[in-house]
Amino acid sequence: MYAQMVDTGVKKLRTRGELSDAERAFQDRVDAGIKIEPKDAMPEAYRRTLIRQISQHAHSEIVGMLPEGNWLTRAPSLKRKAILMAKVQDEGGHGLYLYAAAETLGISRDEMIEELHAGKAKYSSIFNYPTLTWADIGTIGWLVDGAAIMNQIPLCQCSYGPYSRAMIRVCKEESFHMRQGFDLLCALCKGTDEQKAMAQDALNRWWWPSIMMFGPPDDESTHSAQSAAWKIKLFSNDTLRQRFIDQTVPQADYLGLKLPDPDLKWNAERGHYDYGAIDWAEFMNVVKGNGPCNRERLATRVKAYEDGAWFRDALVAHAEKRRRKAA
Amino acid sequence: MPSAKFEYLLRLGDTVLVLSQRLSEWCGRGPVLEEDMALANTGLDLLGHARMWLTYAGEVEGKGRDEDALAYLRDDAAFRNMLLVERPNGNYADTLTRQFFFDAWHRLALAELVKSSDSTVAGIAGKALKEVEYHFQRSTDLIIRLGGGTDYSHRLMQAAVDEFWPYTGELFECDAVDQEMIVLDVGFDARSLRAPWLATVANTLETATLVSPPADAWMHKGGRTGVHTQALSYLLGEMQVLPRRYPGAQW
Repeated sequence: MYAQMVDTGVKKLRTRGELSDAERAFQDRVDAGIKIEPKDAMPEAYRRTLIRQISQHAHSEIVGMLPEGNWLTRAPSLKRKAILMAKVQDEGGHGLYLYAAAETLGISRDEMIEELHAGKAKYSSIFNYPTLTWADIGTIGWLVDGAAIMNQIPLCQCSYGPYSRAMIRVCKEESFHMRQGFDLLCALCKGTDEQKAMAQDALNRWWWPSIMMFGPPDDESTHSAQSAAWKIKLFSNDTLRQRFIDQTVPQADYLGLKLPDPDLKWNAERGHYDYGAIDWAEFMNVVKGNGPCNRERLATRVKAYEDGAWFRDALVAHAEKRRRKAA
Repeated sequence: MPSAKFEYLLRLGDTVLVLSQRLSEWCGRGPVLEEDMALANTGLDLLGHARMWLTYAGEVEGKGRDEDALAYLRDDAAFRNMLLVERPNGNYADTLTRQFFFDAWHRLALAELVKSSDSTVAGIAGKALKEVEYHFQRSTDLIIRLGGGTDYSHRLMQAAVDEFWPYTGELFECDAVDQEMIVLDVGFDARSLRAPWLATVANTLETATLVSPPADAWMHKGGRTGVHTQALSYLLGEMQVLPRRYPGAQW
């Protein structure tokens, strides 16, 4: 997932009568389920919103490698290390597809990275939490990738062609990651008391941030109506959150772990689990840069980019020399 | 006294395991996204080879040790990797140069092992060789482009070549363990790889406008017999922390 609170630049959803002819024609195409392709006419706000959404998603894939890298060197078996290394490689691949999808909208990867490093572009706030134990790696796979899939499967049907196609590919790999994370936790939960305690501790720390990944409650989600009209957001934040919780509770039971929410209980009337109040002040603080790892994550990315400048410059210089020689 | 074959397999397995571990330290910190992916890809290939070599080493030893027991529960003095691969990552020029020196040897070595009379050894080598050909192409290409890039990249690459050169002598050593494997037609004589390796490396460095250090320069050695540089025990301390901290736990 990894896109949340995407600003549409639109204050209020306009009625059909308030749209210009071009905007109405665009909306008709979207409503008819015709995919918008890079060369098609599109409202500027749609284009900008998609750039924000897709680049945020791409940045999240890249920043998301860091909390995992924190345990890649300490994976406790060679098999787990191989699984995690393959996952990290997949995430790099997702980042590439997504940057490429965003580039079809008229922005370069370099520009997107600059915006990230300048703090202008966001990435999913979930990656601003630390990975304190090995169990966090399993929990990220299970909950964070699980939440991502919940959000991304609908996006396979979104209105923008390149984004929807990227999502189809990404979702296939994400579902592997989720199963692998769950499998890691199964091993811990079948293990020693210490391993089980490690799994419970990770769940205690990751549960609330994971359900916050779906973004603010619907009545406070200011940009959702426009994104829904454009079909770049197919279900509301609360709908997806509820689905995720309903899916996850039995999985936690299977593991023998307790979700850290005393108010969580089945509501037969609604046919869903009720859950406790989410601490949105914490969420907003992490989004604003006050999470435990915001500074560290961004600083690591900036340093990698700056340290690598000579490498990129050298490749460009060499290509230029080769071109001149050939001319 | 462990068998020569066990020792021989550990040398192969430990060398790729340690290099894979070094590459994984780069996770999320490469100079460009494509390099992050290539590092993970190469590291994953090498890890796959390490698992096959170490699993077979455990079988040959016959004491019930599996890949994890061998990777996680031996101290640095029991590791048989070559010194070259345990040297710290340094900057990206260092990492690539170390990789290039190793890849150029690795493909020659695997091409010999494919001919082993031991079908397991030949099988592992055959599988690995396909991947290593690609590693070699990639590192060769980057050495050429970075050596011939900017003045600054040229300086970094030359410094890296000079830094890692003294660790390449060990690639061509042949001791009693090797001798025994040669006699049994399981292994190969590494001394015979020296000339083709030097030719390949000299050719690439020349294309990259880099200077090859003298072939008869002083060379460090000891990794293959368990005498390592200071860097290895830190690498293992990090890698082995969980199985050491929770003895007997399954992961």
